[in-house]
Amino acid sequence: MNIIEASGLSKRYGSTWALRECTLAIPAGHVAALVGPNGAGKSTLLNLAVGLAEPSGGAVTVLGGLPAGSAAALDGIAFVAQDTPLYRNLSAADMLHLTRNLNRRFDRHYAESRLSELGIPLNRRAGKMSGGQQAQLALTLALARHPQLLVLDEPVAMLDPIARHDFMALVLTAAIDDGVSVVLSSHVLAELERVADYLVLLAKGQLQVAGEVDDLLASHRMLTGPTPLADRYPPGPVVNTRRGEAVTHLLVKAGADDPVPPGWEAHSVGMEELALAYLREPGAAALPGPSRGARPSEVAR
Amino acid sequence: MTAQTMPVRPAGDPRLRPVPWHRMAWVNWRQHRVALAGVAALLGAVAVYLWLSGLQLHHAYAAACHSSGSLACTLSFTGRYGITGIIVTTFLQAVPALIGAFVGAPVLAREMETGTFRYAWTQGFGRRRWAIGKLVTLAIVLAAAAEASSLLFSWYDRPFVAAGYVIPFSARVFDLLGVAFPAWTLAAFAIGALAGMLIRRVVPAIAATLVVYAGLAFAAAVYLRQHYLAPLLASKPNLPGSAWVVNEWFTKGGHYALPARGPRLVSTLQNLCPAMNTSPAQCLTTHGYVHWESYQPGSRFWTFQWIEAGWLLALSVVLIAAAVWLVRRRAA
Repeated sequence: MNIIEASGLSKRYGSTWALRECTLAIPAGHVAALVGPNGAGKSTLLNLAVGLAEPSGGAVTVLGGLPAGSAAALDGIAFVAQDTPLYRNLSAADMLHLTRNLNRRFDRHYAESRLSELGIPLNRRAGKMSGGQQAQLALTLALARHPQLLVLDEPVAMLDPIARHDFMALVLTAAIDDGVSVVLSSHVLAELERVADYLVLLAKGQLQVAGEVDDLLASHRMLTGPTPLADRYPPGPVVNTRRGEAVTHLLVKAGADDPVPPGWEAHSVGMEELALAYLREPGAAALPGPSRGARPSEVAR
Repeated sequence: MTAQTMPVRPAGDPRLRPVPWHRMAWVNWRQHRVALAGVAALLGAVAVYLWLSGLQLHHAYAAACHSSGSLACTLSFTGRYGITGIIVTTFLQAVPALIGAFVGAPVLAREMETGTFRYAWTQGFGRRRWAIGKLVTLAIVLAAAAEASSLLFSWYDRPFVAAGYVIPFSARVFDLLGVAFPAWTLAAFAIGALAGMLIRRVVPAIAATLVVYAGLAFAAAVYLRQHYLAPLLASKPNLPGSAWVVNEWFTKGGHYALPARGPRLVSTLQNLCPAMNTSPAQCLTTHGYVHWESYQPGSRFWTFQWIEAGWLLALSVVLIAAAVWLVRRRAA
């Protein structure tokens, strides 16, 4: 099952294309990271997926083919928007009760015990909470709905490092223990590296990279060699070149078994390195062929 | 963390039952209780005042006005309390506008301004149902509260009507009586809700609501209401006191001659009867002028009430439907 599937998805605000011809299938059972510079279309893609925005072209379905924004889709998706908007004059208890009334499922026991673990008093107003507490409350409300898909738009942008760590820990717990699929957008690459196992990279409203992190890392290598030899490397698979005076680093599309040219050293890459290389080269792309369906193991979750 | 496994649910289950409507009741109450309490306090204070002041009025009327229009009645009743009545009706005229501005306008504008619509519209309730559940419930509650106030006001106003101080058709009281008052309240709320959704900021939406409402109320009272039904005509009029005179003029020899007030009438009178030893009416009659009046008889009061309430209700439905449509269409 694909948790989000977009075909030719486009969104235009006025004369600006926020998202253009995006074709993408994120399989269920992943923590998928949506990465890209400001204005790349991350929020637009997420807003389209949760039904807050209507596409200008193409289509997006969720939870295995449900139209985005339909009643069944809203029922199965929990969304935490950027800056975690909450009713500032409502207490945590009120927000719990509100969310319970607005949804078919709401696990009050889970929400209350979660808030007490976090040390957020039930009678505290959302407006009086720290940014970290607001984010935790919004996430708790979302998870208490027992969604199939949790969508987070820049959830940790406003948080200090500790709050960021705690927040991501809760997301990861939900993903591992409850099998919630997660799609989150973020700038904080280091944070994503720890949690994400699926990477989607957007640049200027277009899809640049999409795939499982393990597959992407296995098919890319960092080559280090003398700068004078850098141009001799066949340019085709080179994603990004970082030229020093003596030494040059090339990020190339190559597996562990591919031959390394003489005089060069090959290293495996991390997700942050990989993402940075692509972010520096908006023209490069690493996309799967025709969208693959989910593997049986994922459906079982 | 409680380890729970997701229930396996087939995608797109057609038996998916929506969240029941009544759940919206608590949501509305919790989110708008301050505004509703404000309305209750306002209308409650108005009610207490109308009740106490009304008892006084009814006593004074019973004591002084054995025959309406008598000198005693004029001196001890209308002369003494008339100004109070004018102040009360002026204040009540503003009540629907205040409700529309301070309850109606923020309902959607605050969600848009603070970004909480991103929360509200992605819950399982669904954004269209959420908007309907909010707006329709609040509209009904406010209209009911307004109707209660209107009943009390019509009791309060009765001695003034009986004493011939004000007719129910008067622009000062017509929209405070009967079914017009709740209808105007409803329209004010609907204007506020739609303005909030269009403008998406609370304070400008409040201002816009006050302006639009005032314009509509003024247009209805001054231009619209007299045309609900074709007025009746009377010459040499001796109309009952409850009739609402819409227009009057003079004819001579079967043709329109003069308006019934203004400088032309004055100069004509000065020419015809320079001695000024008769009343203007007598003067004109003796010179062959016929006085005409077009009027709405007092018996049409309830017909006019229902016509006004009817178009206001239709307008409110359209405005609320437009707000709901915008909620559905509005992109994040």
